[in-house]
Amino acid sequence: MDYQKMQLTEIADGLKRKEFSSRELTQAVLSKIRDKEPQVGAYVTLTEELALEQADRVDGLFSEGRTLPPLAGIPGALKDNIATRGIRTTNASRMMENFVPPYDAFVWRLLRQQEMVLMGKLNMDEFAMGHSTETSAFHLTRNPYDLTRVPGGSSGGSAAAVAAGEALFTLGTDTGGSIRQPASLCGVVGMRPTYGLVSRRGVTSFSSSLDQVGPLTRSVRDNALVLDAISVRDRKDVHSVGGQESYLAAAGQDFGRPVIGWPESYFQSGDLNPQVREYLEKALHFYESIGARIVPVDLKTLDASLSVYYIISSAEGFSAMNRYDGVHYGYRDPEAENLEEVYTGSRSKGLGREVKQRILLGSFALSEEHYRDYYLKAARVRTLIIEEYKEVFGTIDALLTPVTATPAWPLGTLPQEAGGGKYSNDRFTLPPSLTGLPALALPLGLSSDGLPVGMQLSGDRFSEGLLYRLAAAYEDAHGLLPAPQEVNA
Amino acid sequence: MSIKDYESVIGLEVHVELKTEHKLFCECLTAFGAPPNTQVCPVCLAMPGTLPALNRQVVEFAVKAGLAAHCAIEPWSRFDRKNYFYPDLPKAYQITQNFFPICTGGYIDVPSEDGSKRIRINRIHIEEDAGKLVHLGAEGSLVDCNRCGVPLIEIVSEPDIRTGEEAVAYLRKLRAIARYTGISDGKMNEGSLRCDVNLSLRKKGEETLGTRVELKNINSFSFVAKAIESEFKRQAAILDEGGTIIQETRRFDESTGQTYSMREKAEAADYRYFPDTDLVPVEISQAEIDRIRASIPRLADERKAGYMEQYGLTDYEAERLTADKELSDFFERAVAESSEPKTLVNLILADVAPLYTEDISEDLLNPKSLGQLADLLAAGGINSNTGRRVLKALLEEDLDPAAYIEKHDLGQINDPEKLEGAVRTALAENERAVRDYLGGKESAMRSLIGRVMKETGGRANPVLAEDMIRKALENQ
Repeated sequence: MDYQKMQLTEIADGLKRKEFSSRELTQAVLSKIRDKEPQVGAYVTLTEELALEQADRVDGLFSEGRTLPPLAGIPGALKDNIATRGIRTTNASRMMENFVPPYDAFVWRLLRQQEMVLMGKLNMDEFAMGHSTETSAFHLTRNPYDLTRVPGGSSGGSAAAVAAGEALFTLGTDTGGSIRQPASLCGVVGMRPTYGLVSRRGVTSFSSSLDQVGPLTRSVRDNALVLDAISVRDRKDVHSVGGQESYLAAAGQDFGRPVIGWPESYFQSGDLNPQVREYLEKALHFYESIGARIVPVDLKTLDASLSVYYIISSAEGFSAMNRYDGVHYGYRDPEAENLEEVYTGSRSKGLGREVKQRILLGSFALSEEHYRDYYLKAARVRTLIIEEYKEVFGTIDALLTPVTATPAWPLGTLPQEAGGGKYSNDRFTLPPSLTGLPALALPLGLSSDGLPVGMQLSGDRFSEGLLYRLAAAYEDAHGLLPAPQEVNA
Repeated sequence: MSIKDYESVIGLEVHVELKTEHKLFCECLTAFGAPPNTQVCPVCLAMPGTLPALNRQVVEFAVKAGLAAHCAIEPWSRFDRKNYFYPDLPKAYQITQNFFPICTGGYIDVPSEDGSKRIRINRIHIEEDAGKLVHLGAEGSLVDCNRCGVPLIEIVSEPDIRTGEEAVAYLRKLRAIARYTGISDGKMNEGSLRCDVNLSLRKKGEETLGTRVELKNINSFSFVAKAIESEFKRQAAILDEGGTIIQETRRFDESTGQTYSMREKAEAADYRYFPDTDLVPVEISQAEIDRIRASIPRLADERKAGYMEQYGLTDYEAERLTADKELSDFFERAVAESSEPKTLVNLILADVAPLYTEDISEDLLNPKSLGQLADLLAAGGINSNTGRRVLKALLEEDLDPAAYIEKHDLGQINDPEKLEGAVRTALAENERAVRDYLGGKESAMRSLIGRVMKETGGRANPVLAEDMIRKALENQ
């Protein structure tokens, strides 16, 4: 069974009609994992036994003639910063290597209610701080389309697992682009929903005002189906609002005559990889050809996003990371002989370099001496950015931009070495994060080197339905990206 | 210069632990004294991904305190993070309201030498409590997180206090507010009322403020006064010798009555306050404020005025009765059963009020019985000695005063025939007093009456006894 070519809704139908069982499907994914995982390294923890038990349970329910939710019996996986009761949740950090939470994240509870089959927990940058999953304390994750290249990050395991067929869908988290960027580099669909659409409860905080949970999938409709399952209001997350419509239904609606904006001046700058630009321009032409109006837009705050993002996310991250102090749970330096050494030893040895850098940056930005010039200024500029995008989305329906300036870069190198400007790989993912607006990464095709190239579609608050509709139109016309094994074969 | 030339400028930061059933941001219980780490959950233990969910009752309690202290209630306030490391703080930040507190301005009037003094309040804000450390010496320390996340309000005064007595009077007023509004037990010994003192000295008549010292770890009213006095003397002595005061935090040691340096300003932490975006700002409508205002029971000042008017009590009597809500409630229940409020108040202030320490939360005796006792006293059925004896019995167990008096034959002897024997004995065995009296020494009468009282076990009606003695001596 080639499940990588099937939509989740087709798989759900197959299970319901007993064309195949959840156990068969789960075993197919397990055999793919056995085949690919030694190279890809998408998982931190595999839960094979639990997965087979759950598959059998679902098969049992189906054979009793029960009607089950759409994700029942379908193998998926979770980024390892999403708490799973009884299953270790490491945040890819030595600090939390053996931490088994006594509680479930709200999104995982929703997916359990869907009767999904959990294959395991996915690799990521340590505490979601990074761009390439290389800051994981455990091991690298490799891009399934080119094993010498990064999968992106921080949800690199979530993107690589879907691309490699090691899971049919995954959840990731996105603070400054951590779903969209790896999705784009690994050629899968990744959605960062409107802030508050999906509950953050039980998902490790990095930056509370920026973190969002979202799905990564092979197809647009798969993505909408998973978002339908996880966008439920959580009364214990004060920001949680829940889904606004059926996203699967929205993905199938008529294209209509949307107005799509694009940052013309940026497209002409030297920062953008020519192959990426070519795909983006083709996408614009495609949309125009099916009835969209394409308008250039000027984004004045674009360059401010980067510093604002780093100050705010590091400030919030500094504060969020301080609880990992060796006292209450997690790693404690066994050589510590007093309280001071418990703190310094546990944190020095338990946390990695990238995390420490962000802690220092946040600590600086929040210090009495620098608060006004850094944190407070960043918070004010953030308000200006929010106002600009409010205005922008008053005149256009969606904004079409790159996700990254280049396709995936080689492991062990920095993205700017691959040709993009120093920060241009972050530039377009940051505004939706800072404004709390939804944005989706969609694969457009493969570069001449066989590397996925993607685009970002972003829109106003609660425009997920529209973004899925636009993405589905492109996907319907161009088909799914070929799986890595078809490219590399 | 002498110590008399200085005055203290004192501001208090008072933490009041709120008596909500649940914690500020999770559903754990708040009851005092539970076994260690039994009232905890992933939220108050700061496990990854847990989020605070505001207990709205805390907002209501804070507003009650604010209204009782004549504060402005802010329609919009916000929570911030105060970042620091300590093992009793699992998140490594305390959620508090640094930039936008829920209540601002306000004042409390306290009794003073000149009658009344107004202490202004700067702000009241909501924050969460930390846990407790249990130090085992060489074996290390244990952390009890039961108190982590218990709601507090911090009431910050302006530097309007000048003496330890004023500070204590202010604290008593705050405790009364806490108890009258029902937001807290206000027990300093259990830590539900805690007080930090900011104190500086200046020469009397000067306007500028001296260097401020913060005093911590003071856990009773009397220690507050002692700590202030001791610190005043310490600073005055330094200034007298031409020294300078160091800005620092000092700890009060109850055993020595002295303050000791904990840390100097240079070592003070930078808390890196910034907004906590896991929470949304607290918004309160005028309608909600009005509803909360209407739910506040009559407070001390209102009761005091009522007692003075209704029962003809003096300012002093009414103040003492209302200083403690439990005592005031007890008085109201007792006075409802009595037609002799004045006698009742005397009984209460003399023998009941001193028993109302901060731990009392239930009636110490049946108020109805005390009301009846007051009536018996006022009607002359018993004398005051007997009254005290019956009251003692009432504190032991609930009984009917009249029946008790009957049973123990404690009624006042008002029948001359029954007193005749005792009078005879008193005269026969006190020849000297009789001589003195007859010789014109009026004071000798008191010892003769005393003897009659002794003979009757204190039950003789003293007026009748005196009358009978005079008559007997006139005939001699």
